[in-house]
Amino acid sequence: MSFDLVANVVVAGLFTGLVYGLMALGLSVIFGVVRVVNFAHGEMMTIAMYAVTVLFAAWKLDPFFAVLPAAAGFFVFGYLLQAGLINPFITRPEHSQFMLMVAVAIIMVNALLLAFGPDARNVQVDYQLESFEIGKILIDKARLYAALAAVGAAAALFAFFRFTLTGKAIRACADNYLGAKVVGLNVKRYYALTFGLGSACVAVAGCAMVLLVDVTPALGPYYTLLAFVIVIVGGLGSMTGALLGGVLIGVSEALAGLLIAPSAKSMFSFGLLIMVLLFRPQGLLGRKS
Amino acid sequence: MKRRQFNKAVAAAGVVSLANPFSIVRAQAQKLRVGVILPRSGVQGQIGQSCQMGAEIAPAVIKEMLGVDIEIMSADNESNVDTSRTRAERLIQEGAHVLVGAFDSGQTMSMAQVAEQRGIPHVVNIAAAPPLTEQGYKFVFRNFQTAPDIVREGLSLIGELFQATNTVPRSAVFMHVNDTFGQAMAKGIGGAMQRLTQLPFKIVDTISYDPAAKDLTVEVSKAKASNADFLLLVCRLNDAIILRREMVKQRWNPMGIVSPGSPGMYEEQFTKTLGKLADYCISNVPWYNANAPLTKVVEKAMAKRFPKEKLHFHGLNVGFTFEAILVAADAFKRARSTDPKTLADAIRQTNITSKMMLGGPIRFNAKGQVEGIGSACVQNLNQVPTVVLPASAAKAKPVFPMPGYKKA
Repeated sequence: MSFDLVANVVVAGLFTGLVYGLMALGLSVIFGVVRVVNFAHGEMMTIAMYAVTVLFAAWKLDPFFAVLPAAAGFFVFGYLLQAGLINPFITRPEHSQFMLMVAVAIIMVNALLLAFGPDARNVQVDYQLESFEIGKILIDKARLYAALAAVGAAAALFAFFRFTLTGKAIRACADNYLGAKVVGLNVKRYYALTFGLGSACVAVAGCAMVLLVDVTPALGPYYTLLAFVIVIVGGLGSMTGALLGGVLIGVSEALAGLLIAPSAKSMFSFGLLIMVLLFRPQGLLGRKS
Repeated sequence: MKRRQFNKAVAAAGVVSLANPFSIVRAQAQKLRVGVILPRSGVQGQIGQSCQMGAEIAPAVIKEMLGVDIEIMSADNESNVDTSRTRAERLIQEGAHVLVGAFDSGQTMSMAQVAEQRGIPHVVNIAAAPPLTEQGYKFVFRNFQTAPDIVREGLSLIGELFQATNTVPRSAVFMHVNDTFGQAMAKGIGGAMQRLTQLPFKIVDTISYDPAAKDLTVEVSKAKASNADFLLLVCRLNDAIILRREMVKQRWNPMGIVSPGSPGMYEEQFTKTLGKLADYCISNVPWYNANAPLTKVVEKAMAKRFPKEKLHFHGLNVGFTFEAILVAADAFKRARSTDPKTLADAIRQTNITSKMMLGGPIRFNAKGQVEGIGSACVQNLNQVPTVVLPASAAKAKPVFPMPGYKKA
């Protein structure tokens, strides 16, 4: 097995893992603050992917130019979803929240089936099939750009939470619900804002992901499960953990496919999940409860 | 006849009809209800919808051909084995007299089990796994090649391809989907390669992959690293598209991409999505006879019902699905009954010589399998699947190696 082969596979896995990480970041942000597990996460990303294919088909809009409108649209969608539907369930038992979000996911998948049918769709940008050559390593252009977009979006999110007043307020709500209320923060509004931000994050992930895979309505549940695996491995509620988890899963799947068997890729990532649950249940960067 | 004799005769007729009340119903059976189960959504949705066209044109064409009324009861198994089973149960409960389906071997197996348990004839349109007709089922019939047949015909055509193009590739990397069909094909190819010593190439690596995979980067990297002369591929549709794109991204240009018998590369969606990248891909598959009178009838019916669709993209799917329903209708006409056992017996006696697909007449052997179904070497040329071998059915010469081939 040559070094070139391993290097090519690892690089591809790393870039894919960064996009996975961005997808999982939205889930981690939502859970970290609102304490609601969004079981419709993958379905929301699928909707974003379809939105990008529609924009591309209508106006030949490159997915990267669709990032801002997609993020804005999903922010509003997420905000309204939280404020209108999810809010009443925050104080209810966890199984009620689970059923609600699963129901939302099923509705989304079937709505997509009704609207778009079962056929796979994609975007065919000019650079879709091009690659950069660095020595013997071939870097897929679309994958590289998607990874850069994921890193940029994650950095923006980190900066928002660290350096803005709203970001600090949201962190305060996450850290101490009662304390935040006592100092006069409108916690419900910040929850809705956070859900909006998490949804915007998943929309950006969708813009990047559509360059890597063809979209079908059935994609949602697969990515919801993957997002959970990543977030649990990285640490529920940890943003850095989500990114790290994404990269770990991306690279480990690629290496498992290369060193064991391509059909064993998913088996390896679930194996990693089991190991984390057994030996570090709070996740690699999560905090013990 | 005297009155007493007449009264005795009437009384005897009354006793006979009382003893066999269903004879009246049987004599009145006017319509055959055909339950068609196909993967019209999910991973194989596009191929299932292609097959469905064959089912939809069948009633009108068969009415014209045989004077028989058939009603199609369609169900979507969502490309799922368990759903295939439940759909079969439901169609039988709703009164289907015969089942047709389901394209995918795993989905067809689960359907066949239900058909056998319930004693309802099942005519397989497309599915290659050998066990379908090797388990001693009495109600399951297949008018399609088994995986060993596909492999034998497919590999033999590969040899003819090399002879026709004066090429001698020495190595191949074999990639296949990791499902019931792919594994059956892999087993068949492994066995056949040991017997077909006249083929000049060896398989240097075998790579299996998930048919629902969204990313085949690792698989293509491994295949490229094998430095094989050409790619031997057993695939489905979506994965074939992903694979071809990945080959371009990784700048892997082998001599050719040859399928010894699998769907995907001759489908319309493959060409529509990939454009020129779809060209020169070769599929050695059971195919339709473009010169057969029935083909022209089916083509005309397709043009009327689906004016935007072209038969050359759907010939295999439409042809075999149509023929499966034709088998059922032909049996119904001879049996003049919808009684399942009677229908099954009639199917066993089928002898249809006027058919659409290449090969001998439709005649079932003791296991319920049709033998002698032919294959053709179909190459995408100018984005149209074109028969290039055998020479007797060819519409163009084969192109091998593909343009852009670079020896590693």
